[in-house]
Amino acid sequence: MALLGLAASVTAQYFAARAAIGFSTGLRHDFFAHIQTFSYADLDHFGTSTLITRITGDINQVQTGINLGLRLLLRSPFVVFGALIMASSIDPGSALVFGGVILILFLIVFGIILGTMPLQKKVRGGLDSVTAATRENLSGVRVIRAFVQEENQGARFNRLNRLLTKTQLLTGRLTAAMNPMTFLVLNAGIIILIHNGALKVDNGTLTQGQVIALYNYMGQILVELVKLANLIVTLTKSAACARRVNDILLTSSSQANSEVSLPERPVHLSFEDVSVRYNPTGDPSLEHVSFSAEPGETIGIIGGTGSGKTTLVSLIPRFYDASGGSVKLNGRDIREYSLASLRKAIGIVPQQAVLFRGTIRSNLLWRNPDAPEEELLEALDTAQASEMFDTKGQGLDEPVAQGGANFSGGQRQRLTIARALIGHPSVLILDDSSSALDYATDAALRRSLRALSWKPVTFIVSQRTASVRYADRILVLDDGMCIGQGTHEELLESCQVYREIHEAQQEMPSDKKGGTR
Amino acid sequence: MNKETVRRILAYIRPRSALALLSLLLNLLTVVLTLLIPILIGRGIDCIIGPGKVDFPRLKDLLLRVGGCIAASAALQWLTGLLNNRLTFCTVQDIRQDAFRHIQQLPLKYLDSHPSGDLVSRIITDVDTFADGLLMGFTQLFSGVMTILGTLVFMLALNPLITLVVVVLTPVSLLVARFIARKTYGMFREQSVTRGEQTALIDEALGNEKLVRAFCRENAVTEQFDEVNKRLAACSLKATFFSSLVNPSTRFVNALVYAAVALTGALTVLSGGALTVGSLTSFLSYANQYTKPFNEISGVITELQNALACAARIFELIDAEPLTADPEDALSPEGAEGRFALEHVFFSYHPDRPLITDLNLNVMPGRRIAIVGPTGCGKTTLINLLMRFYEIDGGAIRLDGTDTRSIRREALRRNIGMVLQDTWLPAGTVREIISFGCPEAAEEEIIAAAKASHAHSFIRRLPKGYDTFIPENGGSLSRGQQQLLCITRVMLRLPPVLILDEATSSIDVRTEQRIQKAFASMMEGRTSFIVAHRLSTIRNADTILVMRNGDVIEQGTHEELLAAEGAYAVLYRSQFDH
Repeated sequence: MALLGLAASVTAQYFAARAAIGFSTGLRHDFFAHIQTFSYADLDHFGTSTLITRITGDINQVQTGINLGLRLLLRSPFVVFGALIMASSIDPGSALVFGGVILILFLIVFGIILGTMPLQKKVRGGLDSVTAATRENLSGVRVIRAFVQEENQGARFNRLNRLLTKTQLLTGRLTAAMNPMTFLVLNAGIIILIHNGALKVDNGTLTQGQVIALYNYMGQILVELVKLANLIVTLTKSAACARRVNDILLTSSSQANSEVSLPERPVHLSFEDVSVRYNPTGDPSLEHVSFSAEPGETIGIIGGTGSGKTTLVSLIPRFYDASGGSVKLNGRDIREYSLASLRKAIGIVPQQAVLFRGTIRSNLLWRNPDAPEEELLEALDTAQASEMFDTKGQGLDEPVAQGGANFSGGQRQRLTIARALIGHPSVLILDDSSSALDYATDAALRRSLRALSWKPVTFIVSQRTASVRYADRILVLDDGMCIGQGTHEELLESCQVYREIHEAQQEMPSDKKGGTR
Repeated sequence: MNKETVRRILAYIRPRSALALLSLLLNLLTVVLTLLIPILIGRGIDCIIGPGKVDFPRLKDLLLRVGGCIAASAALQWLTGLLNNRLTFCTVQDIRQDAFRHIQQLPLKYLDSHPSGDLVSRIITDVDTFADGLLMGFTQLFSGVMTILGTLVFMLALNPLITLVVVVLTPVSLLVARFIARKTYGMFREQSVTRGEQTALIDEALGNEKLVRAFCRENAVTEQFDEVNKRLAACSLKATFFSSLVNPSTRFVNALVYAAVALTGALTVLSGGALTVGSLTSFLSYANQYTKPFNEISGVITELQNALACAARIFELIDAEPLTADPEDALSPEGAEGRFALEHVFFSYHPDRPLITDLNLNVMPGRRIAIVGPTGCGKTTLINLLMRFYEIDGGAIRLDGTDTRSIRREALRRNIGMVLQDTWLPAGTVREIISFGCPEAAEEEIIAAAKASHAHSFIRRLPKGYDTFIPENGGSLSRGQQQLLCITRVMLRLPPVLILDEATSSIDVRTEQRIQKAFASMMEGRTSFIVAHRLSTIRNADTILVMRNGDVIEQGTHEELLAAEGAYAVLYRSQFDH
């Protein structure tokens, strides 16, 4: 009997473990894949930290909960109800006591679960903020040390950490009541049972042995429930975590997608009366912008800090959607194409030059995993990045640390430019991506971009007129409005803001006396 | 390794040893009370012999005593629970705090070369798992051990022979548990390591999710993720399954114990030995209670193995070699004059690739030093060394004639204001972001600084002005706006030395021109190091250093360098030559 029990139990454990892990592995995959469908606005809304704790800590907790839950919940009810049935076969009257005890126990268990659930959610929230503080201190370590803020940051972390502990203790106070309460109720049941038993033995309806059996059944229920009570903390915690995970999974992307693929090159691109408002109540970030671009043309976008340059180019790969007007490719609104085909046609160099852990090669192969070696070298050449191999020893297989920390800002920037060129995109967007390059390199870069054989529509976002002066068309943005459009020469004539920017950059070098001190 | 980890954990518990002792004591009391109950009930059953032969007054008295024991025991259990909670969460709080403090003391060399996701996973997930294990340990291990000892004593008092049967069978259960526990430690550790790897990947991918999307890398990163996820599933399954074997195995042994007790007990009763039916009932209940903790303890032990594996990873972090401490007699100069001297400085990131070799430089107080050169020439490295983010391999850097290594790092950095190309802002309101370097700054000072850096006008246009909350990574602020805030926070502090590494690279030219004036007055009388690609911004420098491959190849004023027709002249002309 015992051996049979062992075999059955081992099998049950195996399947419980398998089910829990299979579930959490699948869940983790779904979660990760689901985030890959979020729009930029969704990502802005949630923030990175909480997404990370949810996919790591929370899902682990769910896994533990399911595993323990399966192991116990599948066993305990059988024991409890088995005991109840056995008891009623001995003495239906005593079975009533059993029933009453079990009912009260259920009420206690569920009461405590319901009571702790919101607290557990709070605990996870506290853990989130501790995670965020840790991440922030790692990413901003240079600034924090430069400003000698270690102590303040440490104090802030300790405050959050203490707050977390306090919530945990509060939750603990409730869950700690579980065990003693079940103990109390069950033993009270035993007292009633024996008292009733004594009466019935006295009038001859029960024997001593049967009272002993009833007492043993109650004892078995006790054992199971104590185990269950110990688990309640884990289970409620898991439930709170599961809810947080579910919150994310229920959020569907705020961006509609379509199945229509964008045709191969060449592309004609046009903006028709486009406006963008990030916040329904705030000022628009872009207002009534219209222009068009033909294959091979270069569009320069210039304007002050916060004038809407990045917003404008973010519309093309649909990082955000226009709130008014439409962006068209080959005459169709870009929202009618599938996101994947749209983004595959666009090579983008973001402001922040970020590389991923791996090698130079693995980073370059992002846009097209099958790109031949010559194409990589050609792209590096165009991006003026070939010379850096002189100082870095291993060529394309040079390792890259997380975030590209082992490269200088300028080297990273040139690698991100090369990365965007692989796979010959039809639209190329350089979002202020030569800010870390010296003038000579910047000029050489622009020359080689103009000479690209596959003639992409190229957007150059910049603050320097030098970077955009040879563009076929330059848009001058100011506070979200397009206040000038034309070639360098035309704008010098017609647009005062452009002239000011240009003169600001020209005046100083021509003044060879050294200016005012 | 394992023992060492346990020792470290105990060291963390020591400050609260009073709590731990109290918890043990309460456990003991609870166990005694709980164990009294079966005896009382056994005696009660002896009062119920048959029809008409029930000793009601005695039974009533016994049941009342049972009631008293139950109430007292429940109260004690609750109290113990509270104590254990406090013990666990406070211990864990200390460990997490120490880990965080240690991160602040780690050299940048360590932080730059370790994925931050892995560090986060250690401080958050590992500590959390450890807490779970520890709490289980306290609640179940303590009471388990006490129950075993208590039951043994009570059983001995009842009947030594049957107790012997029980004791003889116990080691079997222990051996099984021990064997499995030893096997699973390695598996749990593997699980924890793989989990760290996965967190690093998640941190990188989700941290740069926008980039991933821009490049349609969704499938590629998901594939990478799935690969690690699958490996994690495999080692999790192994660890979880093998650890869960403990419970059924010990339960199997326990069933044997129970049967043996019942058999010996029944034989003793039948042979008219010194055992009543009531005592046998108590005995069976003890046998059950005695073996139950073995079940629990074995369950706890596997949980503890997991906790230990996590704790080991946390201690690994806490043990990583910190920065060499500032010497005891380190100086804390305030308001430095700002004279910098680099004497025969050697430095490299990798020992086999020297970067800076024998660099000499003398900077008089109040001078503006501009550093130019192609990307990767060592400009940022030089700043890393001036700030002592990295330590030099040879030579000396002196501030006002004092070797910077004999100045406290904090004091050194308080004398230097830094604006980096990498705009990092903490999450917080605009006001908090600006007053980052001096939290006690007054409202007027903050606004004055923002006006000086020309950030005031855009801040005013934000939804809540200075109270607008900016999330991590600058939120929806443009790079330029972020950079303006970085400049503002230095404007607020104005230390004697300034380092501006591409401080205005993302700011539009018109704003930059306006800031230049503020910069000029800011730099007045302060030693400044300026790295910039727009040569126009550095023409007014007192000395321009032209660097290449870690060496200073030219040095002089703008006019001198132009006249020399060297590398600087070429660089300078290139910006007007398209």
